[in-house]
Amino acid sequence: MTTTPLLDATGVAKSFGAVRALTDARLTVGSGEIVALMGANGAGKSTFVKILTGALKPDAGRVLIRGQDVRVGSPAEARRSGLVPVYQEPSLIPDLDVADNLRLGDTPVGPFREWVAALGIDDLRLDRMIADLPLATLRILDLARALAQKPDVLLLDEMTAALPTNLVDKVLHVVREQAGAGMGVIYVSHRFTEISHLCNRATVLRDGRTVGDLDIEPGVEERAVELMLGAKIDLGRRDTSAAAAARSGTPRLGVKGLAAAPKLADVSFDLHAGEVLGIVALEGQGQDELFDVLAGFDRPSAGTISVDGTPVSFGHPADAIAAGLTFVPGNRAEALLSERSVRENIALPFSARVANWGPIRRKHEADRVGYAIEKLQIDTRAQGEVQRLSGGNQQKVTIGRWLATGVQTLLLFDPTRGIDVRTKRQIYPLVRELAENGAAVLFYTSELEEVALACDRALVLFNGRIVDVIDAADADEPTLMRAVHGLTSAEGAA
Amino acid sequence: MSAWVRKNAWVLGLLVILVLLMGLTKAIQPSFGAGGIESLARAALPFAFATAGMAIVIIVGGIDLSVASMMAVCAVTAAVLMERMGGVPALLIALGVGIAMGAINGALIVLTRVPDIVVTLAMLFVWEGTALLILETPGGATADWLREGIRGFAFGLPKAFLVTVVLIALVWLPIRRSKLGLSIYATGSDELAAFRSGVATGRTRILAYALCGLFCAMGGLSLAALTGIGEPVPGPYLLASVAAAVLGGVVLGGGKGGLLGPIVAVFILRIIRTILTLMAVDPNVTTIVEGTIMVGVVIFGALVTTRGRRTA
Repeated sequence: MTTTPLLDATGVAKSFGAVRALTDARLTVGSGEIVALMGANGAGKSTFVKILTGALKPDAGRVLIRGQDVRVGSPAEARRSGLVPVYQEPSLIPDLDVADNLRLGDTPVGPFREWVAALGIDDLRLDRMIADLPLATLRILDLARALAQKPDVLLLDEMTAALPTNLVDKVLHVVREQAGAGMGVIYVSHRFTEISHLCNRATVLRDGRTVGDLDIEPGVEERAVELMLGAKIDLGRRDTSAAAAARSGTPRLGVKGLAAAPKLADVSFDLHAGEVLGIVALEGQGQDELFDVLAGFDRPSAGTISVDGTPVSFGHPADAIAAGLTFVPGNRAEALLSERSVRENIALPFSARVANWGPIRRKHEADRVGYAIEKLQIDTRAQGEVQRLSGGNQQKVTIGRWLATGVQTLLLFDPTRGIDVRTKRQIYPLVRELAENGAAVLFYTSELEEVALACDRALVLFNGRIVDVIDAADADEPTLMRAVHGLTSAEGAA
Repeated sequence: MSAWVRKNAWVLGLLVILVLLMGLTKAIQPSFGAGGIESLARAALPFAFATAGMAIVIIVGGIDLSVASMMAVCAVTAAVLMERMGGVPALLIALGVGIAMGAINGALIVLTRVPDIVVTLAMLFVWEGTALLILETPGGATADWLREGIRGFAFGLPKAFLVTVVLIALVWLPIRRSKLGLSIYATGSDELAAFRSGVATGRTRILAYALCGLFCAMGGLSLAALTGIGEPVPGPYLLASVAAAVLGGVVLGGGKGGLLGPIVAVFILRIIRTILTLMAVDPNVTTIVEGTIMVGVVIFGALVTTRGRRTA
């Protein structure tokens, strides 16, 4: 290609104190090109995105847009120079209505409305408060707002993560169409299927540098994973033949006819010690309510919960914890003390037990924490404050702390959301090890392939009800995919 | 129409309460009439300006503990200058001093990234000292037209009331409708999202604090006009302004509320004080009552929003 690329970033470097987040990141996007930006967690992807969009200033390197050297000092400047981002989290103001949010970013209303309609939302009123709109709608509004600004380069950061499938298709369609009309697109994602459907090229980051530029062609997944990991690693298979063995006797957690109106109705299952019970569902099928009830955040509207055969009723999260139910939220920020050290965060659950009143046993604590850190391979360069760890490492801390504690029943809510392949592969054995040590694990996941990798069987939630139970051995992705869409297999639920 | 009512339900509710309280006053003290309302409006003047300033910084997501000290600085500046020069230049200088103090508060918060509450607590003492440096004991003088400007009636309404409403509307309404106003609400609502939407959040916060300084200057000038002299020791305007802002529907934490509600709330708190005085309640009890109202309002506000969310 001899024409000037729309965006050309070279030699971008950035350090935070001693941590070198980026050393030599490169990225070019030509007119009409859709380029995937990939990398394991901690590879420097989010730092690179922040630099491209003007939220951070690089220490070295330069970013050319249409051949012009731009020094973007703020998102507003990046936007003026032609690069418009759609961030991972919605960036609309919750206390303003839609119209005011558009005025704030000087977004033309007419084109915005057209894009919203094109993206599959027909009945949007501009006087709706952002705080009252569902998450999926906000993502669409974010994208429509970006498109209405007629960007030269559109940056999509994990755009589809919170979207239901039908909207994902709409989004991908529109993006492809725009690229056809000459727009450049940077597509930051972990999802191979979307990347292989959408993108022309993939730029792979590892340890702060660009390690490869791949054309998207059959078999590119293997090559990309190889580049991200630095060495070839098998995607991982698990022997699921012994999975069903342990299920007998009194269940650790028995749930009967549980309901949380209006989202959850008549859910019953047994979870035994040593078992990992998966839950799969599309967004918003009642899984949030189920976990809220089990963790003691909300009271059920009907049904019973029993632990080791004894009926329990939770009025407060402390009741659930006392009954041995430990909730690990999908949002790491809800679980960690972000300003404290890795050590303290791992030690907190077992130091905080009321049974351990009195001075903390330092030696004991150090041993357990050391074991967990080694087991988890947590990068402790930034161990002063957990908030400086990459997202994947933070998630390892949220799960690993229970390894140090010893836990009876673990409620994992989408523990691998937004985490790279390498960290995920460290998390599955961790979950299995917890189960082998006698824990009962309830494992909600938004990534269907994880059922085969981590669970013994999986419950399928649809519209607030359990519509299917699938053993890990049969849990291939097409089966699960049909099930979560409510297309129950002929055999029916077990 | 019904949407408008729902959107302004809080302010309408406050207005109803205000009318009821005025009726109660009249019932307790049958002689309460135009004169009583006029003196109520005059007494409310400095509180109204302090509250307007406070409401703006709370909306932007901060708080300014130094409002009373800034008012004192502006009051003594005006009183000292009016002894020596014409009233109008002195008044303009006092307004400028207020804006400058507010901007300094804001700039310190934005540049040092020290929390608002810490910076403005420190500045409370700095401005208090500054006021005492300018004028050690109450003194100075105020222009006659300034004193007369808030006394008596015009167009059938107390002049002090008109001054409050007109000045606050003149400053706030154009800003509320501009990009700056939107940026103030956006920054207070979600600073990261505002930054990503292209709002210069640092500049917005500094401007909000400068606006607060401007209103404090008006408050200081009204103090000087009420007493005819400059008083260097700050009055009880800090807690009263927070209480009125919260009662007026401004949510601590930012992003929500306006200025109309807080102004109505100022009159409500003033008239409650009048009623307590008329009922011969110990003046010290009135602060307890104000504090209780503030806590009650915060609890009530939280209940209303959670209820609203559940039914939505």
